[in-house]
Amino acid sequence: MSRILLPNPKLIGRRKFLGLSAAGLGATLLGGCDRLSEAPKFQEFLDSAEGLTYRMQRLFGGGRTLAREFTAANLSPDFKINGTHAPDTPEYAALQETDFANWRLRVDGLVVRPLDLSLADLRAMPQRTQITRHDCVEGWSAIGKWQGATLSDILKRAGLQPAARFAVFHCADFYERASDGTGQYYESIDLIDAFHPQTILAHRLNDEALSVGHGAPLRLRVERQLGYKQAKYVMRIELTDRLDQLGRGKGGFWPDRGYEWYAGI
Amino acid sequence: MTILPAADLSAPASTGRRLVHRHALATRITHWINALCVTVLLMSGLQIFLAHPALYWGQSGADSDRPAFEIGAETIGDGGQRGFVRLGSATLDTTGALGLVPNADGDLTVRAFPRWATIPGWRSLTLGRRWHFFFAWLFVANLAAYYLFGLINGHLRRDLAPTREQLRPRAILADIVDHLRLKFPKGEAARRYNPLQKLAYVGVVAGLLPVMILTGLTMSPGMDALLPWLVDLFGGRQSARTIHFIAATLLLLFVLVHLAMVLLAGPINGVRAMITGKLAISEDDDHEPHSAPQP
Repeated sequence: MSRILLPNPKLIGRRKFLGLSAAGLGATLLGGCDRLSEAPKFQEFLDSAEGLTYRMQRLFGGGRTLAREFTAANLSPDFKINGTHAPDTPEYAALQETDFANWRLRVDGLVVRPLDLSLADLRAMPQRTQITRHDCVEGWSAIGKWQGATLSDILKRAGLQPAARFAVFHCADFYERASDGTGQYYESIDLIDAFHPQTILAHRLNDEALSVGHGAPLRLRVERQLGYKQAKYVMRIELTDRLDQLGRGKGGFWPDRGYEWYAGI
Repeated sequence: MTILPAADLSAPASTGRRLVHRHALATRITHWINALCVTVLLMSGLQIFLAHPALYWGQSGADSDRPAFEIGAETIGDGGQRGFVRLGSATLDTTGALGLVPNADGDLTVRAFPRWATIPGWRSLTLGRRWHFFFAWLFVANLAAYYLFGLINGHLRRDLAPTREQLRPRAILADIVDHLRLKFPKGEAARRYNPLQKLAYVGVVAGLLPVMILTGLTMSPGMDALLPWLVDLFGGRQSARTIHFIAATLLLLFVLVHLAMVLLAGPINGVRAMITGKLAISEDDDHEPHSAPQP
């Protein structure tokens, strides 16, 4: 037996009602997502995923896994400059004028022997050269050849005090000048990344001295994390046991502005 | 399968209608968690894409490289602007829909996707990423639970795997014709999935969803160091990003077709079945929708 369904006003009414309900529900959900996005408590709730990602990647990856190294054939024809293009302070201008001859890298904080290293000192140390992929948080990637001393060699020379847990990189550039006095670029990494064999302080990119746009005279390469961790214009490395007293307390310029401190994803 | 007497029906008007057990509790719970996750992941993914609305093929790709696909805005002859979508060398004017879209005040602004399509509605890469990664974890855990329960209670083998009979070209062709004529299984036939339905579900559960997860992981520099084969599997991080976007588009297409099918086949019965587990079938309609040979 077959039934013929005729258009029925009650049914159309119901369909219209269902359609309107669905549209209303959709709008409520969208508005709800926006309201949730603004709620600090909900943001903290979402933040819990970062800790999970960090712990899982450390659990399975730890200090052992290496970022892929490419060949010269993979080099990007043009390595995009992002973030600060040139620090605008008189101090930096003075350093640049003498081709960074007077520049010194200060290594201090929870170390046994604070260091002041010139570019010549860093060049005299054992060099590591690596062709790696730089992944910006925005989504693009560029491949470049980096050369420099490993951070682990520098830290071994300084000697860490037992309480040290993080390496903080203080930079010459102000990416913004915020009313709360923050805005000077800085970044920080844990000691697993600090002693990782591919973590270097690069003074050369693609066989040339680092340009101002790419962070002259020295920038960090921490290859298993995103681009904003690769601090440019590094002036000082501070070993510390806590991050909450620097900047806005999240361990980096961009982490202070909502990005993840652990940028392995 | 439990067959409930007609007396249990809330609307016993039509004679011969009875409620049958259709979906296991695990299927229903994981379905709705998955629906929530996929919605949030699609919309927060579009938010992340706003930061660099271009796709490349290979290991690397940035501004100076030629994108395979791009959403953007450009200045046109009279000094005005137009939104565009570019695939290879083909360009489509999408002003108002993509590339150049209305902002909160209704003025056209340079943005790949409109406000209603992203979480949050305003531009925020940081919040987009936080939503995305939180719901990515929930999505992976939920999918793992779905596989586990599906293997234990036989859902994957019994309900999703197409039978040999269903995979015959004749059966598939007949099912295509039924779908085109909007004829849906009634009675006993409604108690199992039809061939196209099974193929679509298997394609999503065993194809698109795992591809989304794996290409997503390939975009993580930490995961690439841990699982270098991922990069090789997809031919590079930028290729993986492109495949992530293509698979997301196919997933969106699936969701739209899935919703259309639910609406056409009887939304109240279908949605109720996915909430309570009980599907109403009519015994007087108890026949196959087409004359395909019975096994």
